[in-house]
Amino acid sequence: MRNADVLRFARDAAAGYPLRTSLSVLAMAIGVAAVVVLTSLGDGARRYVVEQFSSLGSNLVIVLPGRSATGGFNPANAVTTTPRDLTVDDAAAIQRLPSVRRVAPLAAGTSEINANGRLREALVAGTASTYLEVRSFKMSQGQFLPVADWNRGAPVAVIGAKIQQEIFPGGSAVGELIRLGDRRLRIVGVLKSTGTGLGMNTDEVVFIPVAIAQAMFNTNTLFRILIEARSRDHIDAVKREVASLLKARHGGEEDVTVITQDAVLATFDKLLRALTAAVAGIAAISLAVAGILVMNVMLVAVTQRTSEIGLLKALGARGDTIRNAFMAEAAMLSLVGALTGYGLGLFGAFVLRQMYPVFPAYPPDWAVVAALVTALSTGLLFGIMPARRAARMDPVEALMKH
Amino acid sequence: MAVIQLAGIERVFHLGDSEVHALTHLDVSIEAGEYVAIMGPSGSGKSTLLNLLGLLDRPNTGTYHLEGRDVTTLSADEQAAVRSKRIGFIFQSFHLVPRLTAAENIALPMMLAGIAAGERAKRVTQALKDFGLDTRAEHRPDQLSGGQRQRVAIARATVMQPAVLLADEPTGNLDRATGDEVIRLLEELNQRGMTLIIVTHDQKIGSRAHRQLMMEDGALKSDTRSSPAAGKA
Repeated sequence: MRNADVLRFARDAAAGYPLRTSLSVLAMAIGVAAVVVLTSLGDGARRYVVEQFSSLGSNLVIVLPGRSATGGFNPANAVTTTPRDLTVDDAAAIQRLPSVRRVAPLAAGTSEINANGRLREALVAGTASTYLEVRSFKMSQGQFLPVADWNRGAPVAVIGAKIQQEIFPGGSAVGELIRLGDRRLRIVGVLKSTGTGLGMNTDEVVFIPVAIAQAMFNTNTLFRILIEARSRDHIDAVKREVASLLKARHGGEEDVTVITQDAVLATFDKLLRALTAAVAGIAAISLAVAGILVMNVMLVAVTQRTSEIGLLKALGARGDTIRNAFMAEAAMLSLVGALTGYGLGLFGAFVLRQMYPVFPAYPPDWAVVAALVTALSTGLLFGIMPARRAARMDPVEALMKH
Repeated sequence: MAVIQLAGIERVFHLGDSEVHALTHLDVSIEAGEYVAIMGPSGSGKSTLLNLLGLLDRPNTGTYHLEGRDVTTLSADEQAAVRSKRIGFIFQSFHLVPRLTAAENIALPMMLAGIAAGERAKRVTQALKDFGLDTRAEHRPDQLSGGQRQRVAIARATVMQPAVLLADEPTGNLDRATGDEVIRLLEELNQRGMTLIIVTHDQKIGSRAHRQLMMEDGALKSDTRSSPAAGKA
């Protein structure tokens, strides 16, 4: 029997029993659609988080004091002791590296802010004018810290949105004087609200020149050095260059940790990919169920068409011809079901995107391929048993069933 | 040369603990172009014999030579090939595939044999004309009368030009007039040289054959040639 004839015969056989065929196609379609929609959700969550993270600043590389074996943020990073501290001079040296676009030193501490008759505890970040670009922040009022020598600093401050609301509710804060610890500083700008990033809520931070912060906290160490690479491709180079530069500057000792935003992102990315895969796995169960349903349908088909199988044998059909015809039918049910389910799944993802526009609910390619392949292979796998049963049928007995 | 040569055929069925001897010590020889009726009461082994002749069943012992070739030792696939090319079946209940049209039913054996679609169409058109089914080509079996259905079945059985035509109670589901018409059709095919073997209960139909094999309890009771026309056998 020619292949084209096998396919036509199987198609006609499937079309000859519309209810049975459409039910098994539906089951397969629901399975595939479930995989597509659920992985769209999972991968959408991943993309959402990745996008949110990217808003931390582009091509960010972070240097922290102390050697840490693990990448990413880690509570140990905050408490590691280090033989040699990061200094403003280190940051200035990094600035001269070829792959580096901008550098922002960061010294941190807490202090009391006192102004307009109100008192509040606030996180104080000592940094430089470059910080604004490195972190991709926007101003809502005034200017960020002025460009200045990092070792000297004008008595100015930039405050976060929340502090502005609490201390100067409703009014403009630019030009106001505040008292921060034992210093008197003039507010030159207010940041736009950004939410949490890099482990601190920027809306509740007071930014001052790094030299003033170091004098205020009586230290010459930095909490972090933030580096912006020239481009995404330069991130690895920056990482290498910074590590070797600081090693040289620190007497040959590797006592700093260089992490990239990529490493942080990669952790989240990995986490959410695993979540998506888990969800896909759960949805795949419905594919297995659909496969079993296809098997049931094919077993019913074999029983229902027993006399036809006997006839085909009497007319000279070989066992493998009959097996192929039934396998082709099972494959068609699965294929049509899988394609229908794919369409349904894409539609479901489209509806999700319409309902939640910020949520990029697109099914990942791997999930689509996996769903279609699983649907087809379960259909075929579960088609083998009924097809073999048909092929092995005794023609005399089969012909008597009528 | 004999088209069918059976020697020492035995067929035993096991029903639980008991053995049923459906066929015992059967030695029959049928020449090419003969018109044979196999008759006998229910359970006499007629159908078993027909299934055996059609290679749907195998004997426990004995040999079956079809056109001089020992077909008892063939593999299942080889037997399927012989059925496809040398044997045509006609059943009491027609056994048409309900979802296929008359033309598609007739084309079925050619499709199974892997004959190209163009050649199939040509032969189906010829067969439809030969059996007076031109206007019924696109009808499904449930849109055909009993006689038309059996004509489609006969067209299907002969489209591969087999050497032997095996008919199992071909008129069993038809009224007398239609049955006669079907028998006449089969006799015409026989006159054109096809070996015709009919299993029947019906004495009248049986007596029209040139040779009657009477079966009883799995054995051949008598082997008579009724018509002088068959004397040449």
